[in-house]
Amino acid sequence: MLNKNSLILLVLAVALILIGLVMPYWFSFLVTVALGKGLVVLGLVILMRAGLVSFGQGLYYCAGAYAVGAFSHFVETDNVILLLAVAMLAGLVISSVVGLLLSRYRDIFFAMFSMAFSMILYGVLVKSAELGSSDGFNVTSPSLFGFAPEVNGGSILSYWVAIILAFVFGAIIWRYFKSPMGVAGEAIRENEIRVEYLGVSVQKVIYIKYIMAAVLASTGGAITAMTVGHIDPEMAYWTTSGEFVFIALMAGTGHVAAPLLGAVIFELLRSFAFQVSPYTWQMILGITLLAIIIFLPKGLWSLKDKLMKGAKS
Amino acid sequence: MNLALAVLVDGVVYSSWLFLIAAGLTLIYGVMKILNMAHGSFYAIGAYSGASLIGVYFAGGNPPWASYLLLIGVAMVAGLIVGLLIERGFLRFMYGRDEVVMILVTYGILLILEDTIKLLWGVDPYFAYQPYTLLGRTKISSLSFANYDFMLIAVTAVVAFILWWSLNRTKAGKILQSVIHDREIAGALGVNVTKIFTITFVIGAFLGAFAGAMTAPGISVVPGIGIEVIILAFAVVVIGGLGSVGGAFVGALIVGLSRALSVHLYPDGELFVIYGVMGLVLAFRPQGLFAIASARKI
Repeated sequence: MLNKNSLILLVLAVALILIGLVMPYWFSFLVTVALGKGLVVLGLVILMRAGLVSFGQGLYYCAGAYAVGAFSHFVETDNVILLLAVAMLAGLVISSVVGLLLSRYRDIFFAMFSMAFSMILYGVLVKSAELGSSDGFNVTSPSLFGFAPEVNGGSILSYWVAIILAFVFGAIIWRYFKSPMGVAGEAIRENEIRVEYLGVSVQKVIYIKYIMAAVLASTGGAITAMTVGHIDPEMAYWTTSGEFVFIALMAGTGHVAAPLLGAVIFELLRSFAFQVSPYTWQMILGITLLAIIIFLPKGLWSLKDKLMKGAKS
Repeated sequence: MNLALAVLVDGVVYSSWLFLIAAGLTLIYGVMKILNMAHGSFYAIGAYSGASLIGVYFAGGNPPWASYLLLIGVAMVAGLIVGLLIERGFLRFMYGRDEVVMILVTYGILLILEDTIKLLWGVDPYFAYQPYTLLGRTKISSLSFANYDFMLIAVTAVVAFILWWSLNRTKAGKILQSVIHDREIAGALGVNVTKIFTITFVIGAFLGAFAGAMTAPGISVVPGIGIEVIILAFAVVVIGGLGSVGGAFVGALIVGLSRALSVHLYPDGELFVIYGVMGLVLAFRPQGLFAIASARKI
């Protein structure tokens, strides 16, 4: 049943899970947070392939995190499967309502309108005292029916969850990009009206893509909440969404692995840049962003194709 | 009665502040089709240079009334320098790219400017309260209002009138409108579009810096003010219709008055109301209230 590529991926996933046992905690923490963001960016990439840039993925990132926080707080459970399911459901429900409206918009209107929705959530959370206002609140670390192994001074469970989810979602989206629905995205980016002439409902395609992106984002938010152990409304602020757009642009939309790897590179870069010069790391990000737009418009992933071409010729 | 008065005055003061910020943003978008995220940074630069120079000015014991002229002068110099640097030094190489890509470009510029501000002025707050307190306060039926806020309304009215007049009643304004309407045709008819772009961007940057400089006396100038302001300005121009100065005026009034209403009746809804109104308008008028209709390209 398994072909060569999926076997390699399976081995890689198992290897990464095992490596977690010997990794220092700070590193597995960093990778977990990065993969959480990577899932959000993967969702963003689905939209970007259809030519839509959302400056409001923070809405679902934050909603997923708050779903985990509220559920673990009020229902008093730390079951990782239950919490993830609740977060995904939150993303699904919100996006299926908001998506009805947003799937009518394109270009900057889509970008601005999605940003407005995430700012609405921010505005609500900052003022809701029972959810901790602008300070947010702490989330207990999760367990799998009481099983939460500690390695090198921290729980490794969320790292494992993040790795498994990254591979599972990566495989699903990879398959999706090859399906008629997935390919329709690129056609929509090129020329929407011609897609309509082919008998495909553009709005429906975009609506489904939007929901997929939202579920990925809320899953990413849930992973972040469980790993960091603290959530605050800042997760819905537009600068958080801007960070996701940054990672997507830096990584490129060429492959499902690009956003996931890109997020890890981004987190590594950011922690080093932040240590070296806390006052100029934003500037470093800004210069990188401009350099990528000018020199590598298809992101870091396009380097791979360029290198391969160079090797062949 | 007092409540209605308070809502009205607060709302109009807030609206005029919003219009000052949004005017430059919508002007730049109208002419250049660039939704300039760095506009908030122009505002912050204006606020910082205004606040720091006002501090020096009053420490030197200079005549206090001239400090208002200083604020205008500071904004002009800051807008000219920053606008020219960014447009001539960078943006002009990026023209012709997708509108969404240009958002990302200006987002990159925003990130760079935010840290430049921190490097130049540090992270400590600046205060320049002297021009604010100098004008004193007025009492209207048991409510006390700062006169500086009334002056802000007057200043905004003047700015709005100058913008309207120069866009509709002068030759340069008519040329600018032709570029807004169709860049290519205007260029084909002999309009120097590149020059128009530079001038527009500098004027837009000046308006942003001017809004910052005028606001500085009433607030404490801290890092991050530009980031907060830009999304408010977005809401205003999106409601009014991107690129329409008149739309920005109406948008500012809508946002300002509904925010004031919310602050006095239901303070917790302050942020929610602004974006709620924006969502409501966009749901019915997807391009905003006063957007210029554009042809669909096949």
